[in-house]
Amino acid sequence: MSVESTASAFQVHASDNVATLLGEAAAGAPLEIVGPARASTLTACEKIELGHKVALTAIPEGAPVVKFGIVIGIATRAIAPGEWVHLHNCCSQLDERSGHFDLHTGEPGDNAYA
Amino acid sequence: MPDRAKNSGVPPVSVLRPGISTSTHAALRTWTGYLRPDGRKGIRNHLLVVYTVECASFVAQEIAQGEPDTHVIGFPGCYDNDYAIRLMLALATHPNIGGVLAVGLGCEYTQPHRIAEAVRASGRPAESFFIQEHGGTRLSVAYGKELLASLRARAADNAVKVSMTWADLTIGAECGGSDGTSGLAGNPVVGRAFDRLVDRGGSAIFEEVVEMIGLRDLMISRAASPEAAQQLGATYDKMLNYCKAVRQYSVAPGNFAGGLTTIEEKSMGAFAKGGSRPIQGVIRVSERPPHPGLWILDSVPDEHFMQFGYTNPNDTEGIMDLIAAGAQIVLFITGRGSVIGSAVAPLVKVTGNTRTYRNMTEDMDFNAGRVLSGELTMDEAAAELMDLIADVASGRESKPERLGHREFFLMYKHQDVPSLEAGCRA
Repeated sequence: MSVESTASAFQVHASDNVATLLGEAAAGAPLEIVGPARASTLTACEKIELGHKVALTAIPEGAPVVKFGIVIGIATRAIAPGEWVHLHNCCSQLDERSGHFDLHTGEPGDNAYA
Repeated sequence: MPDRAKNSGVPPVSVLRPGISTSTHAALRTWTGYLRPDGRKGIRNHLLVVYTVECASFVAQEIAQGEPDTHVIGFPGCYDNDYAIRLMLALATHPNIGGVLAVGLGCEYTQPHRIAEAVRASGRPAESFFIQEHGGTRLSVAYGKELLASLRARAADNAVKVSMTWADLTIGAECGGSDGTSGLAGNPVVGRAFDRLVDRGGSAIFEEVVEMIGLRDLMISRAASPEAAQQLGATYDKMLNYCKAVRQYSVAPGNFAGGLTTIEEKSMGAFAKGGSRPIQGVIRVSERPPHPGLWILDSVPDEHFMQFGYTNPNDTEGIMDLIAAGAQIVLFITGRGSVIGSAVAPLVKVTGNTRTYRNMTEDMDFNAGRVLSGELTMDEAAAELMDLIADVASGRESKPERLGHREFFLMYKHQDVPSLEAGCRA
């Protein structure tokens, strides 16, 4: 058993336009989408890590990103199906610091240390 | 699930049929605990050293050094704070505590002898002294150790062993270092364990109201009564004003690295640890649930003091708030991994991330990531977690306990709860 080798992603709610990776997906890897909606497959456009999100549909710039059946953020640019959805293309509707974090480490870039 | 012991506390006969998972028999588990003079029951018989200012903290830690049953809490400020005093008293009279030594420097506002008096009023042995009156570091440590030995003997004499069931337990849930697995596995498994605890007559408390962003309607839909609905709405509104006022939401770099993109996403995952049972109402820091069931703890500073004190500055603060509410055990859900424990009550660490479990096995008590790999169903995982909780309640050390962890954190904050003696909110 290896979580890492499982190229599947979980869609929590039928209305979600993203799913969460249950393992790690390599770029170009087929992804099995599981959850309450009908099962489907998708191709990961890029490497996506465990716990991160993949777009299930095309999400236009300014459109809501939906997970758990709720709006978790707004697309800051057009997102294609199979793309990684994270800090580079999705922003909080509330958190002013959202958009200032390093895509890979989450490190804040909005505080001067000098 | 065969967990329908809601009214009688006795599960239906169906759970007793042979051949089913032993975990369902967990509904009937009993263990031996400590009956306190106020009628509450503890699962540990620890001693507590309380320092009343940072200047006394070194001596307090030295007194507890090499005393495995002795935990240390305290308040760093010289100027006292109602919230901090309430929290320390709630911990000093916690059912897991058998005796208390309060140590001050001698200059500060917070008075060790007042703490000792309050503890004695709860029926426990307590002592106190000022370092300035006992000749400095070395002599104070020696004196403190003498007092501790005497307290230990009296706590042992006073200890009344009592049989405990799920209905005697209050369990807290906190998450920290959350990642994309927390909302899918770690928190939902804890939520299902909470459902079982509530159905068996116990009390379940979760907090982190600052991680309920966007969930006002959902929270209110879970209210057990119109009064609870009103409390939940007001708590949500205060929290949102607070986050806007301090311009900080409860989401951190590790959450982002773990796949969570926004506070809205993190919130929905965090709320899953509250399970599915009706929410009885909102308690505030150092209040205890007035009756069993599922409760939310509000640790957010009050409106007029919002610029003074951060809510949830770190995981340990929230965990101590849950313990001050009477939790004898706290479940800590961490996707990214954490190496904390807690003073006064054992911390049980749950991760939904199998990779984290493998990386930090010595620190992680429970791998809920097996749900994501299909190894266990959510219900099987919850049943297994309940078994682990009963084991820890029975005296088995949790992994943080075994490693000697007993973290504590307390800072200035303002919440206008009336005194504990007053009994109810105005």
